[in-house]
Amino acid sequence: MLQEWGQGARLNKGGFFVAEQIKVIVFALGNEEYGIDVDKVRTIERMMPITRVPKTYSFIKGVINLRGVVIPVIDLRGRFNLEETEYTDQTRIIIVAVGDMEVGFIVDAANDVVDLDRDNIDSPPEVVGGVKAKYLDGVAKVGEDRLLIMLNLAEVLNRGEVAHLEQLED
Amino acid sequence: MDMNQYLSMFIDESNDHLQSLNEKMLELEASPEDISIVQVIFRSAHTLKGMAATMGFEDLAALTHQMENVLDLVRNDKLKMQNFIFDTLFKSLDALEAMVQDITQGGEGKADVSAIVASLQAIVRGEVPGGAQDAAPAEGSAQPAGAPISKEQVQLDEFQHSILEQSLAAGHRVLFIEVSIREDCQLKAARAYMVFDLLERSGEVVKSHPTVQEIEQEKFDRSFSLYFITEKDPDELRTMILNLSEIEDAKLVSIDSDTLTQLGEKIKEEEVLAQAPAPETAADAAPVETAAEEKPVAAGDKQPAAKKVVAAPSRTIRVDIERLDVLMNLFSELLIDRVRLEQLATEIKSQELTESVEHMGRVSSDLQNIVMKLRMVAIDTVFNRFPRMVRDLAKSLGKKLDLVITGAETELDRTVIDEIGDPLVHLLRNSVDHGIESIAERVAAGKPETGTVNLRAFHSGNHVFIEIQDDGKGIDRSKVLASAIKKGVVTEDESRSMTDEQVYQLLFAPGFSTAEKISDISGRGVGLDVVKSKISTLGGHVAVTSTLGEGTLFSVQLPLTLSIISAMMIRLGSEKYAIPLSSIVETGIIRKNQVRNVHGSKLIPYRDAHIPLMSLSRFFDAPDFNEEDEEETEIVVIRKGDRMAALAIDSFIGQNEIVIKNLGKYLPQVQGISGATILGDGQVALILDPNALIK
Repeated sequence: MLQEWGQGARLNKGGFFVAEQIKVIVFALGNEEYGIDVDKVRTIERMMPITRVPKTYSFIKGVINLRGVVIPVIDLRGRFNLEETEYTDQTRIIIVAVGDMEVGFIVDAANDVVDLDRDNIDSPPEVVGGVKAKYLDGVAKVGEDRLLIMLNLAEVLNRGEVAHLEQLED
Repeated sequence: MDMNQYLSMFIDESNDHLQSLNEKMLELEASPEDISIVQVIFRSAHTLKGMAATMGFEDLAALTHQMENVLDLVRNDKLKMQNFIFDTLFKSLDALEAMVQDITQGGEGKADVSAIVASLQAIVRGEVPGGAQDAAPAEGSAQPAGAPISKEQVQLDEFQHSILEQSLAAGHRVLFIEVSIREDCQLKAARAYMVFDLLERSGEVVKSHPTVQEIEQEKFDRSFSLYFITEKDPDELRTMILNLSEIEDAKLVSIDSDTLTQLGEKIKEEEVLAQAPAPETAADAAPVETAAEEKPVAAGDKQPAAKKVVAAPSRTIRVDIERLDVLMNLFSELLIDRVRLEQLATEIKSQELTESVEHMGRVSSDLQNIVMKLRMVAIDTVFNRFPRMVRDLAKSLGKKLDLVITGAETELDRTVIDEIGDPLVHLLRNSVDHGIESIAERVAAGKPETGTVNLRAFHSGNHVFIEIQDDGKGIDRSKVLASAIKKGVVTEDESRSMTDEQVYQLLFAPGFSTAEKISDISGRGVGLDVVKSKISTLGGHVAVTSTLGEGTLFSVQLPLTLSIISAMMIRLGSEKYAIPLSSIVETGIIRKNQVRNVHGSKLIPYRDAHIPLMSLSRFFDAPDFNEEDEEETEIVVIRKGDRMAALAIDSFIGQNEIVIKNLGKYLPQVQGISGATILGDGQVALILDPNALIK
């Protein structure tokens, strides 16, 4: 019974089951808003000098020095085959950590944190905002008219899949 | 009282004392007469006992107490160090180490030490276990004429021993002569030379102590001793020697064949035990980093002052590694702020601000160097336990061998240091067990009885190499292949086309073992594949070269992750790169008209030959630089083995000490790039991998 409520379901004071709440960092790519579980996010940085790394995929913009640690930076627009744009004052680098792998995502803007019920996350349609479903965990509804696209970090950072993608392009 | 807060301090200090005990014991074994070493050992043991008792580790304290009793007798000259005493003391050290290990892992440091305690007590009572009884009387009868022939002076090797034997058999006289020179003598070396000159006119000097070179350089106290073959009468010789001026005394002892045999036996025994080389070999092998290094000092110069220089402890404090990491990261942030300040200073254009920012810049780059170097540890911390290990191993296998360590000061990042110990132990054991032959085999092959294992560490390019080389029997290609085919690792067809290197790599295949006899040291076929996988996880690899009958070389190549190298910083348009200085042969400038096109590749004249010119800008797709636009271009000539190539670059920035960092887990391998470094201004610069650039 508990399982059906999803992991982490718990009783509230009144003895009713409530769905697990998660905190999500919201960022923008084009006209869409995306979300990453706050536990996966190390920091959010302003745009900083990036050292180009040659002989890699074009969406890997290079490496940055984040307080003494060298971290690769990916342009998420490039990663999702969206059109890359000029960086602005709003551009942010979101440093995420999956396992012991740390990567920075360049996004158009990142300026919100919201609480979500896991229940409110629906499985994604095939393509959302030009991003394939496999990179997504689902779509969450926030408030009345806001939709958050939840990223599947493991897939976004999957190197094997990247190699495959590259082969197709060739 | 709660002792927990002192526990980690206790563990650290105990380990230090144990290490020093081990080292000093080896040193003492090499020169058992040197009481000053016993004093050092005694003090270490005493401190250890005190600490253990305070912390409530009773077994530890009890055992050290018994060791102390033995050492006390030795330092008061009531007991002579002998083989079985060394063995028992070494066993005690092992037990102590095991206990401290147990405490480190949260145990109570309890162990059954009653057997060792009993044998230590037996030693104190003056009992001699059966096996060693021969040694004691031999010592007594070696002094028939009342002249002290201490073991230290009697360092005859096999060869010299047999010469003396033959001379006796041929009816010549063999004399042991000890000459002392007057204290007020000004030119000791000259007097000694006169004695030698005189003696050589009437016979042959077989062996002197100190060596002739040392005597010539006046590296002796007031007396020297020698073995002498002659026809002359001892008394006559004595008078002749005493007739020389400034000679105080000369003792001549005739040695008969019985004494000689006993001496020989004793020497043999000592040599099997002593893995440290005899003084004369140590003097030749200059960079020896074991107890052997200190031995010539101990043997030749007994002044305690000289010894103190060697034993001076480095002044250090212990710091938690995590604190260092925090320090490093904080410092990096400081650097970023420094750059911001510098930018602000140029905008505001205030003289005073600019000056203080510049000063801060200089201070912070010094600070940077120090902070970066803090994480580096000399590989000595791994190597220092090997002399003892090899000694025990050689003894249990009945082999004679010297371990020669060079490059122990080579620095590696702490993380690598922590991991590299076990693989090296395996490789060393392998060399001692399978590489070095038994004494009989070595003699039959016309090699010296004592085998040599060289352990070397050095920086090369962006790697650290650790090499283990033995002068043993080498790897038998056909034996390896036969075993591999039998085990189904390779097929017979495959085996024919394999290169030697490929065959040697089979040794690292899981479950592979060529030893005919399985010993408890190695040869279970589980060692080397573990070694290989461990080294691979560290990002390194092992290469093997071997010549049948002459020896084997295992070369472990490790990346310098996080270690510091010297590099040439260069510019490629707006981008900066670092080239490891160790792979740079030279730098220069070439004109466009010197470049020749041969079959589509560019060549430039270099010294007497032509070497390929590589376009770094094309290789890296540099966005804003192309050397083709320049009439003259700067080049860096790099080397990989014996091949060279020139890299065309934009301009040189200068030479720097840089800290190597990896590019992060997401970018494990990038062609032509071995890592990254953080520059003084906080920016990341990539480090070129010259090995990948030269095909």
